[in-house]
Amino acid sequence: MVRQELKKLVVYSFFLAILLIPMLGFKTTAFEPGRAFKTLGVFVAILVINFIVKMIRSRRKPSVVKKAPLTERMGEHINRLPKIYTIGGLIGLAVIYPLLADNYMIDVAITCLIYVCLGLGLNIVVGLCGLLDLGYIAFYAVGAYTYSLLNLTFGLSFWAALPIGVVLGMIVGCIIGYPTLKMRGDYLAIVTLGFGEIVRLVLNNWDSLTAGPNGLFGMKRPALYYPSFAEDGFAWATYYLKSLPALYYLIFIIAILIIIGVRRLDNSRIGRAWIAIREDEVAAELSGVPTTWIKLLAYALGAAFASVAGAFFAAKLSYTNPNFFLFMESCIVLCIVVLGGVGSIPGIIVAGFVLIAAPEVFRQLEGYRMLAFGAIMTIMMIIKPEGLIPASRRRRELHETHEKNPTD
Amino acid sequence: MSNPQPILELSNVHTYYGNIHALKGVSCAILPGEIACLIGANGAGKSTTLMTIFGVERAAQGEIQFKGEPIHHLRPEQVAARGVSQSPEGRQIFPRMSTLENLEMGAFLRKDKTEVANDLEGVFELFPILKDRVNQLGGTLSGGEQQMLAIGRAMMSKPELLLLDEPSLGLAPKLVEKIFETILKINKSGVTIFLVEQNANMALTISGTGYVMETGRIVLTDKASALLENEQVKKAYLGE
Repeated sequence: MVRQELKKLVVYSFFLAILLIPMLGFKTTAFEPGRAFKTLGVFVAILVINFIVKMIRSRRKPSVVKKAPLTERMGEHINRLPKIYTIGGLIGLAVIYPLLADNYMIDVAITCLIYVCLGLGLNIVVGLCGLLDLGYIAFYAVGAYTYSLLNLTFGLSFWAALPIGVVLGMIVGCIIGYPTLKMRGDYLAIVTLGFGEIVRLVLNNWDSLTAGPNGLFGMKRPALYYPSFAEDGFAWATYYLKSLPALYYLIFIIAILIIIGVRRLDNSRIGRAWIAIREDEVAAELSGVPTTWIKLLAYALGAAFASVAGAFFAAKLSYTNPNFFLFMESCIVLCIVVLGGVGSIPGIIVAGFVLIAAPEVFRQLEGYRMLAFGAIMTIMMIIKPEGLIPASRRRRELHETHEKNPTD
Repeated sequence: MSNPQPILELSNVHTYYGNIHALKGVSCAILPGEIACLIGANGAGKSTTLMTIFGVERAAQGEIQFKGEPIHHLRPEQVAARGVSQSPEGRQIFPRMSTLENLEMGAFLRKDKTEVANDLEGVFELFPILKDRVNQLGGTLSGGEQQMLAIGRAMMSKPELLLLDEPSLGLAPKLVEKIFETILKINKSGVTIFLVEQNANMALTISGTGYVMETGRIVLTDKASALLENEQVKKAYLGE
């Protein structure tokens, strides 16, 4: 028993040490004894730390047994706090954030919020309706290009272009949704992946409309209109949201609206129907759920939210090009949904911030930044498969299955 | 049951799965208030018949009438709205929804909330065990409970015609008896039942009319009691 534990300890430490080698800057081109010793030292250190942790754990075992993992306890703790205070506190924090942070940090926060919007939109398709969509970023591109083209060609303002972008996004959502109505799982994933690439390639090659890989630039920023009383009487004055804090507040409001919208959908009859389709499509059909329409609605609404985020993105940068909409982006959004906890709104918000901010935090690691990012994701998925803040349904599923009643 | 107008009538229904000709001209008529059963071997097309009635599979040819109106061109939700409901084969319940949520899904198309609450009590009376499991996830229920849940969910739409697909599949004999008792009870409350079964003995015992299906065709139609005595049926389905 003890020997087995020790063996496990050595093997684990060894693997961890191997994973850490690149971070030490170990070169394979030339053998350096000093560095080799350093690696060995790391291995020993990890072994010792593991050993100590294990000792402490085994000694504390009787009292620890009943306790849930730390993350879960934190989740429960958060749940126990009066909701109003938690939400109020978070909103307050978000509102004063631009006063505390520098421009770089505000910029990161804006990106985070954009991805939160995308995550919430994809959550409808993947999390609620259970349709694996790997080309989601295409709808983001639709939003971005719709605003860009409408603004550059017709001089439409952000607010006028937004509803058009939303409608167009919904139409494109239905275009991809309709032929795939009978598909599920892997097949659907491949089709949506292809669709995402098609959209990007069209944007890349339709030179006369989209200016190809050069992209479009010079779009106006979103504007606020306020009445002004100049000497020539009453008029509407325009204030363009050029500064980062102003843009931050705008996307913050958009995100809040999307959160409210998704929450309401989640608790509605439509939300129920989506979950029923995810659980068992035939059974849902037999219960009288109009599966065709409800699935198309999931695609359309998911696309609409992405389109809003895309329009904001293009307006913020005042520039857009097809390379913003690579497959990798779809993956990241999907990661946000899965990592946050499929179907869980707070989880997706947290995951959006973690996944977008983490690579920034790891900037000091330079070349190994993405390695650390990948490691974090892997570890997260192993220790908390149901996501950061799981939806109550998922939590029940993963933690209550052992309470199966034995009787018939 | 002297009413000659059948509640459900299939005439010469053909259904295809791609190139496979699954139903080759099925005709039958179910009278209001009766229990009719469709027996046959695996792959004979029994489940396909039910799915075609419900519009999940489309009839390529032929006509299906419910209460005298054609329904073969309707989508499943429209068929459900007319008062047909189905408990699918293999207990297709919603595994990650609680028992209560599963039952509520059965009433998806209904807007009369107080009546739904009444019917929920009715289902709990039929299956008292479900009341004890009300907050448990569907997927964690035992096989028998899942079958009860599937039937209960079908009852929640307040159907006039209940289609039951293999309610005895994979259940212990004692439980099968209980399920069939409940089916009789449901029938007594005025619901017409069309039962698809492999357990031919049980099904024919409680049914009024019996249909025997073989490779996409109905080959025998008779009073269930007569089928129980039929030599052919005895040999092929009753294991005698």
